[in-house]
Amino acid sequence: MTAEAIKTPEGPPSSITERTVAGRQARTRGLLLAPAMLVIGVFGILPLFIALTYSFLEGGTYGGVEWVFSTEAYVQLLFERDIFEETLTFNTAYLEIFWRSFLLAAFSTLACLLIGFPAAYFMATRPAKSRDFWVFLITIPFWTNLLIRTFSIQLILRDEGVINIVLTELGLLAQPLQLIYTDFAVGLGLIYSFLPFMVLPIYAALERLDFRLVEAGFDLYATRAQVLRRIVVPLAKPGIVAGSILVFIPGLGAWITPELLGGGKELMIGNMIALQFGSSRNWPFGSAAALVLMAMVLVALVIYVRNVGKSGADHG
Amino acid sequence: MTKVFGGGTDVVRALDGVSLGIQENEFFTLLGPSGCGKTTLLRLIAGFEQPSGGEILLDGASLTHLPPFRRPVNTVFQSYALFPHMTVIDNIAFGLEMRGLSKTETADHVAEMLDLVKLSDLGKRKPGQLSGGQQQRVALARALANHPRVLLLDEPLSALDLKLRKEMQIELKRIHRDTGITFIFVTHDQGEALTMSDRIAVMNAGHVLQVGSPTEIYEHPTSHFVADFIGETNFLEGEVVARDGASAKVRLSSGVERQASAPKDAAAAGRVSLAIRPERVTLSQSRQTGALNGRVETMVYFGTDTNYHLRLEDGRAFMVRLQNHEGAQAPFATGDEVAVEIADHALQVLRD
Ligand SMILES: Nc1ncnc2c1ncn2[C@@H]1O[C@H](COP(=O)(O)OP(=O)(O)O)[C@@H](O)[C@H]1O
Ligand SMILES: [Mg+2]
Repeated sequence: MTAEAIKTPEGPPSSITERTVAGRQARTRGLLLAPAMLVIGVFGILPLFIALTYSFLEGGTYGGVEWVFSTEAYVQLLFERDIFEETLTFNTAYLEIFWRSFLLAAFSTLACLLIGFPAAYFMATRPAKSRDFWVFLITIPFWTNLLIRTFSIQLILRDEGVINIVLTELGLLAQPLQLIYTDFAVGLGLIYSFLPFMVLPIYAALERLDFRLVEAGFDLYATRAQVLRRIVVPLAKPGIVAGSILVFIPGLGAWITPELLGGGKELMIGNMIALQFGSSRNWPFGSAAALVLMAMVLVALVIYVRNVGKSGADHG
Repeated sequence: MTKVFGGGTDVVRALDGVSLGIQENEFFTLLGPSGCGKTTLLRLIAGFEQPSGGEILLDGASLTHLPPFRRPVNTVFQSYALFPHMTVIDNIAFGLEMRGLSKTETADHVAEMLDLVKLSDLGKRKPGQLSGGQQQRVALARALANHPRVLLLDEPLSALDLKLRKEMQIELKRIHRDTGITFIFVTHDQGEALTMSDRIAVMNAGHVLQVGSPTEIYEHPTSHFVADFIGETNFLEGEVVARDGASAKVRLSSGVERQASAPKDAAAAGRVSLAIRPERVTLSQSRQTGALNGRVETMVYFGTDTNYHLRLEDGRAFMVRLQNHEGAQAPFATGDEVAVEIADHALQVLRD
């Protein structure tokens, strides 16, 4: 066929066809995205917007809000207002809660990493056939409600719990150890709840790892520790980053775990926020605290991904 | 040396009583079809696998129970196995750093290696930004940087296209000459093995069938498998009538008697298989009594040569390769009755 033969019949109409094809593609894309956009809009952005609005209003006496602009909620995070003298004194109570939450979440993330990495490595180095079985084992805890699992930890840790009874019966303890309602209990609960979220992404990264690279490391005189540090960990970094984020963020906002294992004594941010919408009836303050928490998470994420994620993200 | 994988009913004898002696500074090739145990043998030498039986000696000292990082042996992996998160320079420097060389020494060695494989401009790139041939060179440089006593290369060229492969074959030979390191090279490509090696070990199904120089392997294959696997071969039947060391007098079915080369352990009398290369015979017009007579069935023109596919009187296929001395003027045509003339010592007696 000659060039003209191709051009003549399709010359002018082809641009029209192209346009309609492009238009149809755009419409299809829009339709496909619509459900996700709707969900994000209604359940993500709208509530955020409501919280933002509420945080700048005055609280109603029996909950709810008065439609009066106020920055009181944010002031309250840092200062205590004396009702009679109208003076502000610096108050670290809420900051401490934030700080403790941050420490607990960071600690449990680290602990999950230290426990989860070897577990994931073990799973990824099993023969291909048995790996699915190990993944299955890791997901078993999800079959039971988190609340019930947390209650069972309570049963283990409390004064009349398994640990204390056994230790007392053995004569190792005169008095029961105070295990429950401590930071230790909360940390343990967080690690237990979120460990799978650390193991699975790291496993996914390690499963894709080409183990010939490990052999190449040994071939080039690296010891086991050096292979781990110089080859395995850097290549598993995307999984480590994902796992850390998946543990840290829910850990920071955890509610059930500190509620049941901290016994209301060891408050975390989640409990404090819940309290404001419940018995404290201070919706603006609760909204402000929630937004500050979110801002903290965002900042932490950006810093973390900038520093740790860098070398892991730019290959492959 | 023996290597058995698996247990119970699911046993693979990947290597079965393999014994090889490799000289210092040699370009030694393991040649065999896929699955014959070449990689397994390299992995045993490198230390990634432990032998089920046998020993590996280097200068008389046993390497058998040393971990890979204590062996003065480096590997160029089949798929290169470059570290994707490191630059070319960091890849090459890895082994040197692990051995605790100083920063300046490492930098010197790396520069020298980049120069050797002609990649000096690409040191800052990551493996993902290199072509297959360049990755191959990095893998080579990374292994050679440590000046190993033995370099193991597992089908290093199999992923490259033909032109690049030819270039790298020449490069490898040059590097082998320049460094003076012993190379153990694995390939399933007989042409590659013949052009590059000082000596070749032909393997099949976990056994080494023959070890020798490329000419020994090509001209004097001792077994049916080796004759068939390397180059093109015609097989004939014959009878040994006299035997004298490495040569034997054989009588072909047509009655002609010829001197043939024979391996020492081949049958001293009786019926034997014979191999003959298609370029070692000549053709003459018309049948002759007492010769191998046949008819030209097809002709395949190759430019330099033409292959004549014959059907012999006894029904066997037989191929003859003739150089096109006369250019386009072919001396024979399809359908011609011809006689195959075999010179003394062109036939090879096979063990099996
Ligand atoms: N890790 C292993 N487990 C079980 N069988 C293996 C293993 N490695 C290799 N084999 C088997 O050993 C034989 C030789 O394999 P290999 O050395 O890779 O062959 P080649 O490199 O010559 O293609 C094959 O049959 C292969 O299936
Ligand atoms: Mg192989």
